[in-house]
Amino acid sequence: MSEAPKPPAELAPWEREPAAPQWQEAADDPVALALGEALGEALVSARTFAGDLTLEVRREAFRSACAALKERHDFTLLVDLCGVDFPKREERFEVVVHLYSFSANRRVRVKTAVGEGGEVPSLVPVYPAANWPERETWDMFGIRFADHPDLTRILLWEGFNGHPLRKDFPVEGIDTGAAIYPEYYEARQGPIAGTGTGWKVKNPPAAAPESGPEEKK
Amino acid sequence: MNGNAPTGEPLFGLREMELNFGPQHPATHGVMRLKLKVDGERIVDCYPIIGYLHRGTEKLFELHPFFQNVPHTDRLDYVAAATNNLAYVGAVEKLVGLVVPPRARYIRVILAELQRISSHLVWLATHAIDIGAMTPFFYCFRERELILDLFEQYCGARLTLNSMRPGGQPYDLPQGWVERCGEFIAEFPAKVDEYEDLLTENRIWKRRTVGIGVLPPETAIAYGVTGPMLRGSGVDWDLRKALPYEAYGEVEFDVPVFHNCDTYDRYLVRIEEMRQSARIIRQCLDRLPDGPIMAKRPRVLKAAAATEAYHAVEGPKGELGFYIVGDGSTNPYRCHVRPTSFMNLQALPEMSRGALISDLVALIGTVDIVLGEIDR
Repeated sequence: MSEAPKPPAELAPWEREPAAPQWQEAADDPVALALGEALGEALVSARTFAGDLTLEVRREAFRSACAALKERHDFTLLVDLCGVDFPKREERFEVVVHLYSFSANRRVRVKTAVGEGGEVPSLVPVYPAANWPERETWDMFGIRFADHPDLTRILLWEGFNGHPLRKDFPVEGIDTGAAIYPEYYEARQGPIAGTGTGWKVKNPPAAAPESGPEEKK
Repeated sequence: MNGNAPTGEPLFGLREMELNFGPQHPATHGVMRLKLKVDGERIVDCYPIIGYLHRGTEKLFELHPFFQNVPHTDRLDYVAAATNNLAYVGAVEKLVGLVVPPRARYIRVILAELQRISSHLVWLATHAIDIGAMTPFFYCFRERELILDLFEQYCGARLTLNSMRPGGQPYDLPQGWVERCGEFIAEFPAKVDEYEDLLTENRIWKRRTVGIGVLPPETAIAYGVTGPMLRGSGVDWDLRKALPYEAYGEVEFDVPVFHNCDTYDRYLVRIEEMRQSARIIRQCLDRLPDGPIMAKRPRVLKAAAATEAYHAVEGPKGELGFYIVGDGSTNPYRCHVRPTSFMNLQALPEMSRGALISDLVALIGTVDIVLGEIDR
């Protein structure tokens, strides 16, 4: 690489600084147009990012929007369903579902917002594949899905205290022993994940905030 | 006390019985429990209980910068680490707009296809041993060992490879690696013939797999099943062809599809996929371009605020995807794994209804589950 630096136009894409993709309005996308006609106000926005169409819909229309995508646009495969937590928003959770159409060979992302204690219509009647991902979303975020046939915890055990992928769930874990075995542990005296094998913890995080990182600064 | 019927009910009047299969059953390939409802030896219903291996990987992703998350992905599907790396770095690259140099793309395809072969070998070995065929296990692990040697020569690790970075590859291929890999690939199709000699026309193998666990294409799609299971159900769909990533658009290969939707056909799909993977690797080795292996990138990657990307690759087990949300910091705000085996396992109750308990062992094998990925 002893040559003089090349002008930017001659550089290969991998030699340039990475250019982050931008959000673009996609109201004229045929799928977004048709869905907008069917849903009206309930379709909040239609945008693309890095080539993926993202549709935001109101919570009440979540199932009907996905059903319309399945029936009319052949999005027959539910790829994935998950939650995201934005604690500062008015409705803190987002439920994100990815659908795929074999005939159009494209993916679409449908999102809806839901607040603490709110319910999202379950997609299981439309896509049986949504069963386990919705259980996982309930398990990890505490988002309820209305009409789900079996909304129980899936990765954690029944009786676990809390929803670990929420942003306010401490990484070092919480005392779950007392919640399950009240006859053995007093409150905040049970085993805590991530603190070794000790049965009792001297300074349980919730009981001793003065040992927290904020105080040390 | 009457020892036979402590509850006072007549013993032979019972028709349905609940039975726990696992969590420590050797055929569950890890720690998974199936709550079975059986009528005699027929399965009436099956309810999988998972989560014994949950490690909170998705929470861990949020704690580490984009580069440091690659090792976490190794531990998801731990027999296919390179594929997990590929899916994760692909998602990060899509999120921040990195373009990978051609040489790195080819190296990635070679690693991913070697990994596919090695994952299929583990599957074939354990699937066969579950059903009662001991010999293929030794044959498969013989070849897998050679692949792991190649991985070790490339990146120093055999299982948890940590072999890719957002933007390119951490290392170039070492001296002589292309030749060694070429030798292995030249010999490998003959080895696949050996496995086929043992199993494909074997009467016991066919009695145990033909017509077992029929999964019609509509049911497979409804339950989100992808990968070899979907292709064994007659759906011609492979992400490498449908939405080509890395260098897959530039190589020739066939996608095997079989239409009987049973365990035997899923076996045939995976066997043929190993041959096709060898074909892809051969082409990549021949055409391996020169040039850089890492794109120009900042030392610390930052995703712009309010961005999100989903990127999926065709893993050995099916579609493996990562959904990453960026918030302007150096860490992913949220990184969700679309776990292949998790979705495929959902179809197990559907496949096992009406089957015999001994068939259940074949059915768990045919789903090709890895609990590290299911439980995350």
